[in-house]
Amino acid sequence: MPAIQTINRIEQLFGKKKEKILSVYFSAGFPNLEDTPKIMKYLQDSGADIIEVGIPFSDPVADGPTIQESNKDALDNGISVKIIFEQLTQIREEVTIPIIFMGYINPVLQYGMDAFCKKCAEIGIDGFILPDLPMQEYMAEYRATFEKYGLLNIFLITPQTSEARIREIDANSSGFIYMVSLAGTTGAKGNISEDQVKYFKRVKEMDLNNPTLIGFGISNKETFDRACEYASGAIIGSAFINVLKNATNLEHDISRYIKSVKGNSIKNDHTIKK
Amino acid sequence: MKIEVDKRGYYGNFGGAYIPEMLYPNVEELRQNYISIIHDEGFKKEFDQLLKTYVGRPTPLYYAKRLSEKYKTKIYLKREDLCHTGAHKVNNTIGQILLARRLGKQKIIAETGAGQHGVATATVCALMGMECIVYMGEIDMARQKPNVERMRILGTEVRPAKSGSKTLKDATNEAMRHWINNPVDTHYIIGSVVGPHPYPDMVARFQSVISEEIKWQLKDNEGTEDPDYVIACVGGGSNAAGAFYHYYDNDNVNLVCVEAAGHGNETGESAATTVLGKPGVLHGSKTLLMQTEDGQVVEPYSISAGLDYPGIGPVHAHLFESGRADFYSATDEEAMKAGILLSRLEGIIPAIESAHALVALEKIMFSKDDVVVLNLSGRGDKDLETYIKWGKY
Repeated sequence: MPAIQTINRIEQLFGKKKEKILSVYFSAGFPNLEDTPKIMKYLQDSGADIIEVGIPFSDPVADGPTIQESNKDALDNGISVKIIFEQLTQIREEVTIPIIFMGYINPVLQYGMDAFCKKCAEIGIDGFILPDLPMQEYMAEYRATFEKYGLLNIFLITPQTSEARIREIDANSSGFIYMVSLAGTTGAKGNISEDQVKYFKRVKEMDLNNPTLIGFGISNKETFDRACEYASGAIIGSAFINVLKNATNLEHDISRYIKSVKGNSIKNDHTIKK
Repeated sequence: MKIEVDKRGYYGNFGGAYIPEMLYPNVEELRQNYISIIHDEGFKKEFDQLLKTYVGRPTPLYYAKRLSEKYKTKIYLKREDLCHTGAHKVNNTIGQILLARRLGKQKIIAETGAGQHGVATATVCALMGMECIVYMGEIDMARQKPNVERMRILGTEVRPAKSGSKTLKDATNEAMRHWINNPVDTHYIIGSVVGPHPYPDMVARFQSVISEEIKWQLKDNEGTEDPDYVIACVGGGSNAAGAFYHYYDNDNVNLVCVEAAGHGNETGESAATTVLGKPGVLHGSKTLLMQTEDGQVVEPYSISAGLDYPGIGPVHAHLFESGRADFYSATDEEAMKAGILLSRLEGIIPAIESAHALVALEKIMFSKDDVVVLNLSGRGDKDLETYIKWGKY
């Protein structure tokens, strides 16, 4: 009998928290093979709201140099889908915030879509971001499987996505929509341009059914706060990978970084904010 | 058997458009426009004119008398090696650059492995006065120095792909990333029948001139349009797709694909995707793919840089799965011997890619009345260094 998750943690989070949601990405098996569960725990403890665990792939076409390298290092460390599942078997004893798997479709297909989703449901994974699984294929082939196991599929939109397509994506999304902040691959860029702000405003004014999180180019408190003006929160990836790469003490360095992004004004709790 | 792409971009179980949302507007723009552009009278006229006066088409269909005597059958060579730039690749780059102009694009990017597609792209960009960047694996740049310089002479910027294994698949990754970062003014000229829909179909249509010519040329020579066999090498598979195109639906014509087996399929150092691959997704389509159990893409090996790709066009994956085509693989050694044999018997030094196709002549039992057309996709000038290193001639 498949494990059915009746309440999805992502939906629960967005149900009670409407702003300043921080989602953090890192590649499983990086910087060291065994670091995955530790990093997740430290992220939760320092105030992240969602954790995106990257499933490394040999050919990550949507990623810039930083995440390409962390993918490669993790694969060189020996990470695999099977090992990620092993590492996360007990994760729900310690980590209660939403966990999303982010990666490319091929390793998932090799594991077997149904087997993969079943395992995710058993562990307590809440959803996926699979950039190279387009909406059309998802709807035709995989939606039923995802839904059977209570897993959400998060779609991306970009500055080039037409209004009609944003509406279509919104109609077929659950959880949240991942707003890619610029025409580009992942990577910390430093600041947010006026053109980006125009795009953020345009999407905000569309008043979508789903909340949005802004990702790509978010790296510090300034860019996080700016993104939060136009969305329910933001996603940090490459900048956090750089923190991990340079960390001397994972727990301390993760905590310091996450707190620097969220700032003092943000309470580290997941209760309803009025 | 009917072989054609469906609305979602599939040939049977293979194909589709597995692309990140960032590429969706570009690929969708292509999908919506490529058929009407290709069928436009003005486009056709310009394309045909350039193929004739610039590329040198039609390429000869040459009856290879001494080769035929050796294999005791009738062998014709389709001389794509006589195309400008030395291979069939230019048929596609001319088609795509004309299409890019009609879409209002100002810049061109491309990937290249051995450098043949890069040179063919650099050539048409010079011809049209368009800015061109070609991504090439850092390792391939060192292996194929003359082609790097050819591209530079033609005014193209060659950018090294330094990620991953630093070869063709990584050059393709870098070109896709470049397109993600420059979505508005740039067209990506993919060099083979790979990538997201509509690329495999579009590239096949531009290469279909090969079988279009074979039909009337064979009619003139043999009184029939239909050979008993069409043989081609397959890396990504664009020359095979072009040579097969007008014969897909004619089951009397045997289609033969030859993949590169490197040091031998059992050694693991091979590029024979139908032997060693499993269904998977890379570079935008679902196809047969050489990969680990964990779904990581495996770096293939072949002496021929043009066949050194871990995937295969989705149409070929379908030809394999459906049994419409027969697949053989040729080792480095078999291919090099076949290349030297053709040089000695017919005075034609073939590209090492094309030499793989010649190996099929050893493996198939023909009857003396069979008509065999072998697509000689490229010439061996670029491979002189490899022939010299091989040495056994």
